[in-house]
Amino acid sequence: MQTTIAQLKIGQKGIISDFNIDEIPLKLLEMGCLPGNSVELIQIAPFGCPLYYIVNDSHVAIRLETAKEITVVIDSKI
Amino acid sequence: MAHKNIKVALIGNPNTGKTSVFNHLTGLHQQVGNYPGITVEKKIGLCKLTNNAKAIILDLPGTYSLNASSIDENVVIELLMNKKDENYPDVVVVVSEVENLKRNLLLFTQIKDLEIPTILVINMSDRMKLKGIELDIPFLEKELQTKIALISSRKNIGIEKIKELILNYKSLSTEPCLNASSIDPEYFDKLRKAFPNQLVYKLWLVITQDVNFLNLDRNEMKSSFTKSHADLKRLQQKETIKRYQFINDTLKLGQKIDHSKASDIRAKLDRVLTHKVFGYLIFFVILFAIFQSIFDWSSIPMDFIDSSFANLASYAKTNLPAGEFTNLISEGIIPGIGGILIFIPQIAFLFLFISVLEESGYMSRVVFLMDKIMRRFGLSGKSIVPLISGTACAIPAIMGARNIENWKERLITILVTPFITCSARLPVYAILIALIIPQKRIFGFLSLQGLTLMVLYLLGFGVAIFSAYILNKILKISSKSYFVVEMPSYKIPLFKNVAINILEKTKAFVFGAGKIILAISIILWFLGSHGPQSTFGNAEKIIAQKTEINATNRDNLVSEYKLEHSYIGILGKSIEPAIKPLGYDWKIGIAVVSSFAAREVFVGTLATIYSVGSHSDEEETIKEQMKNEVREDGTKTFNFATGVSLLLFYAFAMQCVSTLAIVKKETNSWKWPIIQLVFMSGFAYVTALLAYQFLK
Repeated sequence: MQTTIAQLKIGQKGIISDFNIDEIPLKLLEMGCLPGNSVELIQIAPFGCPLYYIVNDSHVAIRLETAKEITVVIDSKI
Repeated sequence: MAHKNIKVALIGNPNTGKTSVFNHLTGLHQQVGNYPGITVEKKIGLCKLTNNAKAIILDLPGTYSLNASSIDENVVIELLMNKKDENYPDVVVVVSEVENLKRNLLLFTQIKDLEIPTILVINMSDRMKLKGIELDIPFLEKELQTKIALISSRKNIGIEKIKELILNYKSLSTEPCLNASSIDPEYFDKLRKAFPNQLVYKLWLVITQDVNFLNLDRNEMKSSFTKSHADLKRLQQKETIKRYQFINDTLKLGQKIDHSKASDIRAKLDRVLTHKVFGYLIFFVILFAIFQSIFDWSSIPMDFIDSSFANLASYAKTNLPAGEFTNLISEGIIPGIGGILIFIPQIAFLFLFISVLEESGYMSRVVFLMDKIMRRFGLSGKSIVPLISGTACAIPAIMGARNIENWKERLITILVTPFITCSARLPVYAILIALIIPQKRIFGFLSLQGLTLMVLYLLGFGVAIFSAYILNKILKISSKSYFVVEMPSYKIPLFKNVAINILEKTKAFVFGAGKIILAISIILWFLGSHGPQSTFGNAEKIIAQKTEINATNRDNLVSEYKLEHSYIGILGKSIEPAIKPLGYDWKIGIAVVSSFAAREVFVGTLATIYSVGSHSDEEETIKEQMKNEVREDGTKTFNFATGVSLLLFYAFAMQCVSTLAIVKKETNSWKWPIIQLVFMSGFAYVTALLAYQFLK
């Protein structure tokens, strides 16, 4: 199933499939937010933003609008 | 024998323990300054390698890569690109850590592309067992073309190994570990041909960054090798992927992680600490505890310093030969120095708590919790760090706003931070509260004075947030809002790091603000004890003509007359019409005006004015002097209305030259500091005026 990482539930994992490069800061790519890497949603801040993920072993928080630009394939087995 | 010292640059991602490594290598042989022209902190230390070899170690700002997104990160690139820089390193030490090795190595491979001898330090080896990580060091050294020191700065293991590798830096390979130009061979071939004497990777950095170096004409370069912003970013993405491919391939063979052993305490703790209810609850409990303890703990040493200086001044007055010089010492210099040193306890405690919050990794969680709320006011979650550290001092706080990516959010943070009650306001508040608020307790335990102080803090914070809200509506700046915050693993703060931090910050404060305070005290003393000959010089005669001969009373009248007709008295009287509606007499007026250099001058100024005007031999503490001060009609000068008016004035007025200077530097324009000065001080005047007129 393909969706964006903003739609993940807490504790849910997936594999990043694609993103809109114009809307993603380079820093996020450098932290390992790249296609093929795994991503897990850890926590959502009050009022729904920011979101806290583990991606490529990095623990990182981003805002909702950035998260919406990253698509993910949810591995149903996990 | 004079050996050439080895120049070492310490580089690494944030949260890798780079500063701990620096502290271990250099101990207290550190010098903190600024890079020329910018306010990025520059830390240099000396490290003894052997009996006759030393290394000069430069601790560079933490960065995730060589693609700079802030001036702090720019410093790293500019240094590594400029071989002529006096600090250009002979060898680079890249600090990484076991848990985030993959990401840390990205920066490492970029630095290797610059063909500088590079050592890889892998920190936090003590956590390997806990995380189920094993490393094949010889294999990694071969693949990464480097030498590795596996260390634990926490347990003090492996520091000697780093020193040994630095000493033998000449044997390090300068080969890059991968060929990054394969992402677009045609383009990079053209580059190589156009500039045969330069490293291709350096050229690539010149094209992609906004930095100037190599004495290359960037415009010329840009025109012949121009690519659209989007194209460049795509290439940077390709480059990043390429580097990660290499790193993943290397770590697949060189690193074993047993995930069954790995216990992710961080994620578990974060579920509580960033919880929508408990998270805030914990945060406010921590804040409350901090403020309570600062006031409780620092009042004892502060009272001690205050009374010691009063004693010292009276000792100097009675034991030194009478004359101008003794007066300068006992009335100008000693109260002046006392006015500086009285801050040390509070500043030290504040920096203690702030550095513990930062070192432990908790601050990032607060950023996460507060982002959405702060954004409603045009701020970022990251603004919370400047706003909290602004309670110590606005200067480092404003510099700390640098890591806010969005320019509008950063500007608003810079503009409102000076409203936060900084430690320089504390002594003013403390002394005024002691004068006008009774020492009572409500409900038996809440001190009324402490509560008033708390209200003043909340007031500062409230006005800061409110101004941010207004600024957000007024300012028409649109900039892309990127927000990326790393959540570092939790660590127990290292005593050594915290201690060095407190020491550095307190020292910077005492010597920075101290110079101003001391200079102003001396100037004030001079202006207060000299005056025009016709009135000031003939004080004794004029008073003698006016009054009957009564020895003690006449002394009083003479010294009062002298003060009023001294230069400072003339100055004070001339501004009195402007400040009288606020409930201040000319003496307070002088203190308020001199406070525009720095707020903390207030107490010292009054101390100097009152001791110059004082006739008694017994040196009183500043508080007693203020308490005994009366108006012409015999009522107390510092009554409730005047006290509240002063408190409000100091809460809001922009009285800090250093803050204005730093805002000018950070915003690169005089416009913003001038707006701050006019708006804040105007606001202060109006609220103080209303308060006094209402309460009197």
